[in-house]
Amino acid sequence: MELLAWLAAAVAVGILGVVVWSVAKRGASELNLDLLTKTPVQFAIGNVKQGLANAFVGSIVLVGLATAMALPFGILIAVYLVEFARASVKNGASLVLDVLNGIPSIVIAIFVFGLLVVGHGQSGLAGSFALATLMLPLVARATMEVLALVPDSLREASLALGVPRWRTTLGVVLPQTIGGIMTGTVLAVARIAGETAPLLFTSSVAGTSVLWNPTQPLQSVPLSIFQLSESPVPADHARAWAAALVLLLFILCVSLAARWLATRSRRKLGRAGR
Amino acid sequence: MPVSSTIEPAVRVETKRQPLPPREHLEAVFEIRDLTAVYGSKPALKGVTMEVYKHLVTAVIGPSGCGKSTFIRCLNRMNDLVPHFRQSGTIRYHGQDISGREVDPVAVRRTIGMVFQRPNPFPKSIYENVAWGLRVLGMKDNLSERVERALTRAALWDEVKDRLKASALSLSGGQQQRLCIARALAVEPDVVLMDEPASALDPIATQAIEQLLHELKREYSFVIVTHNMQQAARVADMTAFFSISQGAEGGRWGELVEYDTTEKIFTAPADPRTEDYVTGRFG
Repeated sequence: MELLAWLAAAVAVGILGVVVWSVAKRGASELNLDLLTKTPVQFAIGNVKQGLANAFVGSIVLVGLATAMALPFGILIAVYLVEFARASVKNGASLVLDVLNGIPSIVIAIFVFGLLVVGHGQSGLAGSFALATLMLPLVARATMEVLALVPDSLREASLALGVPRWRTTLGVVLPQTIGGIMTGTVLAVARIAGETAPLLFTSSVAGTSVLWNPTQPLQSVPLSIFQLSESPVPADHARAWAAALVLLLFILCVSLAARWLATRSRRKLGRAGR
Repeated sequence: MPVSSTIEPAVRVETKRQPLPPREHLEAVFEIRDLTAVYGSKPALKGVTMEVYKHLVTAVIGPSGCGKSTFIRCLNRMNDLVPHFRQSGTIRYHGQDISGREVDPVAVRRTIGMVFQRPNPFPKSIYENVAWGLRVLGMKDNLSERVERALTRAALWDEVKDRLKASALSLSGGQQQRLCIARALAVEPDVVLMDEPASALDPIATQAIEQLLHELKREYSFVIVTHNMQQAARVADMTAFFSISQGAEGGRWGELVEYDTTEKIFTAPADPRTEDYVTGRFG
């Protein structure tokens, strides 16, 4: 039994290892500064230096905007459900959030396509809205979990002074949860940074120049990987692997950062609970 | 020496305290009438009727599960935070009913402070623990002096004056509890409720807090829940004994058995259940 469990764990680690290794092997040759700073060249003849700067900038804008939309909403939802709502409302809304979390991203893409793209055209805003929809339940659930960890004795301490509930939430409860909320947000960012489907219908017909303006369709890293892998040119394939490697490294760094934040905030909460 | 007693109490009552004037001459802070408290369908407390008097220490004693904590949490509406909690009867505070749904519990807690069983300082600095509530409640003038005065009253100032910026969580348990008392006193309450404030503390810290009660009762009225009879005998002027009653269908709830001066409760209780409890035959 223990051996089986050990094997299962080893397989999981092994798969991750093979994925990282194969991506690294194929992408390493194209992983250079040009990849991050140069834009793609269509119909390149000869050995033209090109990169995916437009995709990296696009992804930064898309994910940044999505976070800016999802974070305040997610926190407010969680604060309402944990600090103010009746138990029945809380349970119902938690279920809704879990269902939202389970909706396939392509379904959300079609929904946002119908809502924002039809009649208006694709844009970075539509793309980040789709990403934010995916991010919202992740942020809200993570925040709910850390709020539940704040000991009631702290809330009582503040309320017993005659401090209103909302001041208690702002002044005593939320400061305890910042680390946990950041951990949840960072993990959600890692999750949506690699999402392709929501962008397919909302922000995919982008040019090759670097754009910061979200009212226009923006290129993104996952879509670039998809498009380059369809290309007949072998050099494009290599760049797709390199972009995949960058994405992987980004997610790895972000997960490590999240872990570090989580340990830190847990230590803090542990002290407060004593 | 204790006054000539008809029973042999398990604890000695301090006799150096001033004799109380007759009860009809005392000013009531709380008048509690027929207070019944229910969690969901489980009754916690039935039919409590008593007064709490001004500038006295009133102890609430009784076995576990007799509803003592429920009782004092009714006095500042802390039970409002418990889902499915209901109460009936009236609690008048200086003549004004504070038990109704239409009464703002935040306003009630503003003048009726509370110290809890386990020290629960905010994870902020020592100074901020006292200053935060003052600032939030708009008592911002002379903030530092107010903090110092509160810490002095709680007999903590000398120990912490050189490290006000240190985290409150770096203090010992007894110091943390005195900080919680300072925090409660800083916002100038009229009554301070204490829910077993010394049960998590060592004897020396306990003694420090009992000493505080003696000194502070000139300015505040205290209601203190304790399951430590010696403590009640040492600090309280009036003592209420709560016990558990059992109904015919096996229901259990807490009720007030006897309420009198501490001396009377410990030396000549009127009810045999009180006698059993204070002599240590039950509990």
